[in-house]
Amino acid sequence: MAAAQVEAPPIREYPVIPILAHDAMAGSKPYVASEKINEAIGFPGQLVENWQARAVEKMGELLGKYRSLRVFLDACVHCGACTDKCHYFLGTGDPKNMPVARQELVRKVYRRYFTFAGKWFPKLVGAEDLTESVLEDWYKYFNQCSECRRCSVYCPYGIDTAEITMAAKEVMDSIGMGQKYTNEIIGKVHRLGNNLGLPGPALADTLETLAEEVREDTGVDVRFPLDEEGAEVLVVTPSADFFAEPHVYSLIGYAKVFHAAGIRWTLSSRASEAGNFGLFIGNYAQMKAIAARVREAALELGVKRIVVGECGHAWRVAYSFWNTLIGPFDFLDSRYPVPQHICELTYDLLRRGAITLDREKNDHRVVTFHDSCNVARGSGMGGMPRGQFIIPRELIKAACNHFHDMAPETIHEHTFCCGGGGGLLTDELLDLRVKGALPRMEALARVVEEHGVNFMATICAICKAQFSKVLPYYKFEMDMIGGVHQLVGDAIRLGRND
Amino acid sequence: MSALTVVYACLFYAATAVLVAGLAAKIALYARTPAPLKIPTTPAPASRGGVALRMFREVALFESLFRANKWTWLFGWMFHVALLLVLVRHLRYFIEPVWGLVALAQPAGVYAGFAMVAGLAGLWGRRFLVERIRYISTWSDHLMLALLVAIGVSGLAMKYLARTDIVAVKAFMLGLLRFDWQPLPADPLLLVHLALVALLMAVFPASKLVHAPGVFFSPTRNQADDPRERRHVAAWAEG
Repeated sequence: MAAAQVEAPPIREYPVIPILAHDAMAGSKPYVASEKINEAIGFPGQLVENWQARAVEKMGELLGKYRSLRVFLDACVHCGACTDKCHYFLGTGDPKNMPVARQELVRKVYRRYFTFAGKWFPKLVGAEDLTESVLEDWYKYFNQCSECRRCSVYCPYGIDTAEITMAAKEVMDSIGMGQKYTNEIIGKVHRLGNNLGLPGPALADTLETLAEEVREDTGVDVRFPLDEEGAEVLVVTPSADFFAEPHVYSLIGYAKVFHAAGIRWTLSSRASEAGNFGLFIGNYAQMKAIAARVREAALELGVKRIVVGECGHAWRVAYSFWNTLIGPFDFLDSRYPVPQHICELTYDLLRRGAITLDREKNDHRVVTFHDSCNVARGSGMGGMPRGQFIIPRELIKAACNHFHDMAPETIHEHTFCCGGGGGLLTDELLDLRVKGALPRMEALARVVEEHGVNFMATICAICKAQFSKVLPYYKFEMDMIGGVHQLVGDAIRLGRND
Repeated sequence: MSALTVVYACLFYAATAVLVAGLAAKIALYARTPAPLKIPTTPAPASRGGVALRMFREVALFESLFRANKWTWLFGWMFHVALLLVLVRHLRYFIEPVWGLVALAQPAGVYAGFAMVAGLAGLWGRRFLVERIRYISTWSDHLMLALLVAIGVSGLAMKYLARTDIVAVKAFMLGLLRFDWQPLPADPLLLVHLALVALLMAVFPASKLVHAPGVFFSPTRNQADDPRERRHVAAWAEG
């Protein structure tokens, strides 16, 4: 495939729903996984011979395993509530990026093989055989869904396109149509412990260098411990935090928080990754196996608490699924939530006066906050309603004097995906990613204009990587994006705390 | 006993059987299928009581749809509430003596008939006028609206254009319930109205109308946000 033409749509002062641009994104698809990549994680290497029968069989299996899929495929009435809610539709105008139309790609096949009406009156109810061109559409358009669940907020039946996308990806994986980017990463996390394929010794080196840098910068010995048995807290964070910018500044922020609060913590080389791409491909066994590393590491190191770093989908998996997948956590300290988000931990310390932040340190910044989709719509924080919106903002306000939220219809549970989630953060999809970022960029442009915002904080590694890449296409500086703990780390008082 | 009465009596027994058996099968299937993971969508309540309240708002007020699109909400809500009132009004054909509340709802039920058709017209209009909705509409979407509009219009026509012998209709319906068949008046409008209602009942379980029971089984709406506090495990996912 030739390098994709990447074109950013213009930012409009008054965003409107686009008119349909048929097949506008029909050319967008990620690389198919190689035989080696697929087989390494137990999937058929390439498209199997009787793929059609196998796919239908797999669909039947999933229909029996997931109530969500069964109910969602039946319940849609084509009311259209979701049609203008997907950032990829808003950015591309391709009608197959309307959530209902995306779902119909699976629904029409479901009708044909699994319902009375579809078997006998296929034309009437829009049922279709699973042909090669339908499979082609699946591969293209289910790789244009970031599983952000925004559509699900507005659906009168709560239909969650992410569940359908995950099922479609699961079916495609089972017949050898896996996607390269996600499946390669899943292989790496099993082999090396993290998505970036960073081996243990390299990780130790990186952390040592970080400690030196912080010492030079602050004169304080802030530790970045790895595999330390008997530590109180195990921190599981996205591997991008170890060396990618701006991610690494948040890791420095966590380390400073632990230092200032006097909590003994450690990272683990076995579980040197919070991300869990098993979620993106909807594969329960993969998700469970990837999560299991965390439980093993916690037991091995004898920690009392597990804390998750700034990573959106990882937090959804940790908060919503870990207890199911790798619980119960009866070996951990029950006085703390299991797992705990780094923002929850810092917020708690802040309220108890265990750390002090100097807002003036961030006076050069005018900050806004981008709610990441998996945190916003698929998790919670602080054991209070809307805690996942309140806590990060409270931290920012405690660390900065200048904070402005973006338009209410673009934040909290209404937040727009950054455009790179769900396993789409790969270069060959850059055009899609740039276009999908349009709604967020438009909301950002408004606070930039009105309040002079120059920093967008977020708590997701994918958001950070995506925006770093995409911001320049919209004429913003790429270092406008950063983490909440980057701000905390810059404002925190180290050393004596009185 | 006229052949017409026999045909319609059998038609209604068959339609009722399909509706009841079909819906029971669907509901049993939904109830039996496990939900292995906690996937409530924000804003998700933390308790079962909160979930019940959320479900009530969703079913009675169409809360999510209201946030999504005001026009669709207006027409959709108008249609559903009006349909409910119309159904309550029609209860008088199936109970003797008529309950006080049903008697009370009679005048409102008449207006509701118009509101129902107006709501349907609004929903149908969107399928033609809004490009996005036109794109996602199938033949069955149009036919379902046509069926509902035809039922509403034929019903209103019996009230305002060519009145039928409703005492005889009630005797027929009570006869069906008591397995003591009574003659059905041979009014064309009535026959059309009843045939379409029977058709609607029969297609209900095999169509998108299963959104009615489906919404109660939607995991994003019926789960509580308590995954850290309560371990949730489905049978197939264990081990």
